[in-house]
Amino acid sequence: MAGALNLLLWRMPQMAITLVLLSLAAWFSIGLMPGDPVSLAMISDPRLTPADIERLRALHGLDQSLIARYLAWAGGVLRGEFGYSRLFAQPVWRVLWPALLSTLALVGTAVLLAAGLGIALGALAALRPRAAPVVDGLALLAQAVPSFWLGILLIILFAVRLGWLPAGGAPDAGHSALPFLVLPVATIAFGQMAGYARHAAAALSAELSRPHITSARARGAGERRLLWHHALPNAAVPLLTLLALDAGALVSGALVTETVFARPGMGKLLYDAVMGNDYNLALLALLLVALVTMLATLLADLAQRWIDPRIGER
Amino acid sequence: MRHLLAVLLALLLFTLPAAAQAPRDSLVIGLSQYPSNFHPNIENMAAKAYILGFALHPVTAYDAEWKQSCIACTRLPSLENGDAVLETTPDGKPGIRVTWQLRPDWKWGDGTPVTPEDFRFAWEAGRAFETGLGPAEFYRSAYRFESAGPHSITLHFDKVTFDYAGLGQFQPLPARIERPIWEADRANYRTRSAYETDTTNAALYNGPYRIAAVQPGAGVTLERNPHWGGPAPAFNRIQLRTVENNAALEAQLLAGQIDMVAGELGLPLEQATALQRRTGGRFRFHYNPGLTYEHIDLNLENPVLADRRVRQALLHAADRAQIVARLFGGQQEVAHGGVHPRDAGFDPGIPQYPFDPARARALLDEAGWTSGAGGLRRNAAGETLSFDFMTTAGNRTREQVQQILAGMWKTIGVDARIRNEPPRVFFAETVSKRRYGGAAMFAWVSSPENVPRTILHSDEIATAARNWSGQNYTGYKDAEVDRLIEALPLELDANKRRPLWAGLQRRVATDLPSLPLWHRSDAHVWPQWLDGVTPTGHQNYSSLWVTQWRVR
Repeated sequence: MAGALNLLLWRMPQMAITLVLLSLAAWFSIGLMPGDPVSLAMISDPRLTPADIERLRALHGLDQSLIARYLAWAGGVLRGEFGYSRLFAQPVWRVLWPALLSTLALVGTAVLLAAGLGIALGALAALRPRAAPVVDGLALLAQAVPSFWLGILLIILFAVRLGWLPAGGAPDAGHSALPFLVLPVATIAFGQMAGYARHAAAALSAELSRPHITSARARGAGERRLLWHHALPNAAVPLLTLLALDAGALVSGALVTETVFARPGMGKLLYDAVMGNDYNLALLALLLVALVTMLATLLADLAQRWIDPRIGER
Repeated sequence: MRHLLAVLLALLLFTLPAAAQAPRDSLVIGLSQYPSNFHPNIENMAAKAYILGFALHPVTAYDAEWKQSCIACTRLPSLENGDAVLETTPDGKPGIRVTWQLRPDWKWGDGTPVTPEDFRFAWEAGRAFETGLGPAEFYRSAYRFESAGPHSITLHFDKVTFDYAGLGQFQPLPARIERPIWEADRANYRTRSAYETDTTNAALYNGPYRIAAVQPGAGVTLERNPHWGGPAPAFNRIQLRTVENNAALEAQLLAGQIDMVAGELGLPLEQATALQRRTGGRFRFHYNPGLTYEHIDLNLENPVLADRRVRQALLHAADRAQIVARLFGGQQEVAHGGVHPRDAGFDPGIPQYPFDPARARALLDEAGWTSGAGGLRRNAAGETLSFDFMTTAGNRTREQVQQILAGMWKTIGVDARIRNEPPRVFFAETVSKRRYGGAAMFAWVSSPENVPRTILHSDEIATAARNWSGQNYTGYKDAEVDRLIEALPLELDANKRRPLWAGLQRRVATDLPSLPLWHRSDAHVWPQWLDGVTPTGHQNYSSLWVTQWRVR
């Protein structure tokens, strides 16, 4: 308990500093990119005069330095004012929240499914050496198949040919989201499953050959009990790290799947915000993704300490 | 990636739609863009114009024949019918007073009539310096607003132009809702407007439909406006789904999730022609000529391209007809200039440049570029005839055309070095600040009888001193072209404008500051059961005439 508290006390300021540095880096990166909202306005209204352009620059705050604009933004954030999205003309939270929920639903389901299937396959490979080549082959296939390609194959089969599931998009208000989740979840989970299967197979094989397992087996413990009660808890430590890293990375990295399935989410939103010079939205989306990643890592560390208290003592 | 996806989808030739047919009292339309806001008078973007076409009616619009027509007025103002009167402005300039008589049955979605007050507010907000609505030129010119009755509005303009009868993008705003918001915070009105904070409020819409639900980035649902006084539309509900990825848009169409793809914001032409070949008679395809003009701007400050004969040679060496036939299934029209052949201002006598490599070579010889080692041409100073050829990276069609053109030019000894940039960099920095060294391929979108002042007048050359305003990116300067561009808008007689248009087009087509490629066509994909959609080809989209859409 004290170890977990120490970890939290140590990690929280670290996370805060990381977020500040990240926001600075992102602000300047976006600010130094070519093109700004006024350039876009000039394209849409060619009759703008030089005076109109000056006025628009002032309206968008572009007549001030990047650092002055950053400080104004950071001051607003500290007061709980996250500003408006330029791309959606909405408060950024109103745009971010549905995208975050959509991505968390997608990634959460996919990662849990991938972990469950992967660990099951890994356990099968560890317990039944004859099945190991099949599991290896399946893992190799899952890693080798590009997610966009698998996604489109699934669309062709299940949406276009069989008509069982929607080809993509999001459900209308009041309709079930489940049918819209199946294909994108399957696409992500299939690719992610390989890592879990390989790690689980390796970790469980190593655990199952340890002396305490041999001893337990000699005492008459069944294979199932050996696996779930003796081997898996020890093998879970590296798998938890993998799970945490996957969950964080996928929140922003689901872009390809979200694009193939035309599914609104954080990956697509972050990309559009950066490309569309939407500072408020891009910054908050980026910080949110970073926060999710750091929280997932923190949770994994806490879980590891819970599973193996020796980790905190080292 | 999209290419691969399209190839995979091609495997579906034999597939049949398995999804159930949509109920015929609703229609689902796929779009490739989502609007950045819903305010009708702030910024102009295609997705917003298409969506609001169902829900908000402008007073006037260009119709499918590219003629100015009344949408919410009872007759078009003209000098002949007395609704337009020439006058002198308070500072002594020639001006015009124009009155529009509004449809008496025109109501907002809550049953409140559209009144002159709604126009007065829209005009005041547009003119307010701190609010910054577009288009700036309109609000600058319309210097006084009046109303002589509950269904009449009058604007005084400080210049007389032939298109005085149209109100363009200017639309009324429900003053009783919007004025208090504007008065409270004029500078932030664009984000505080009810169109952004209360988008589903029925009182914001005055067309056949109103926005009933919004899924940011994903789609908009429209429902009938119960107070609409015109002909009843065919559908109770229209859903507009945004699918930005073209392959995904096609997949949703094939899966039956969407009924039609709007041509104004839909599939690229080459994807649509391929889809048509694969799907046989499952959908109706319509290719409509539009006012999007694909061309190559040439930087006239580049000494190589400063010589008109070189520019003419480049156009003679480009087999545009073959590119259109092979790449676009012959569904686009080769351009001879920026004016579309369907446009009232088009001059059939414009100089043309058919594919003629021999003529191209002769022109280059004449300009002092002779064939040298490696087949490349050199001038007397030994410099090679080469320049940078740029376009938007990631636009597969443009990149393909670019490679074909570079190959064609190579055969006459011209080295066009391909150097592409992401659209954001290409438009915001390279083209608009005239930093491209040689040639830049992109498109202009215009409206019927649009005088190309911002593109061709010498006052519109983008420079740092002008804050980079203006779209004369070639740096073209010609006194006669300037004179014609200034005279054209002031000539109210359509017959007298014709020679001015002809003079302008002939002069520009001879000088060739930019190389015309083609006028793009929009690919509309409709279900077999849908009738009455009339594409226009310009920025007053087919959605404005939704009451004519019918189920077969």
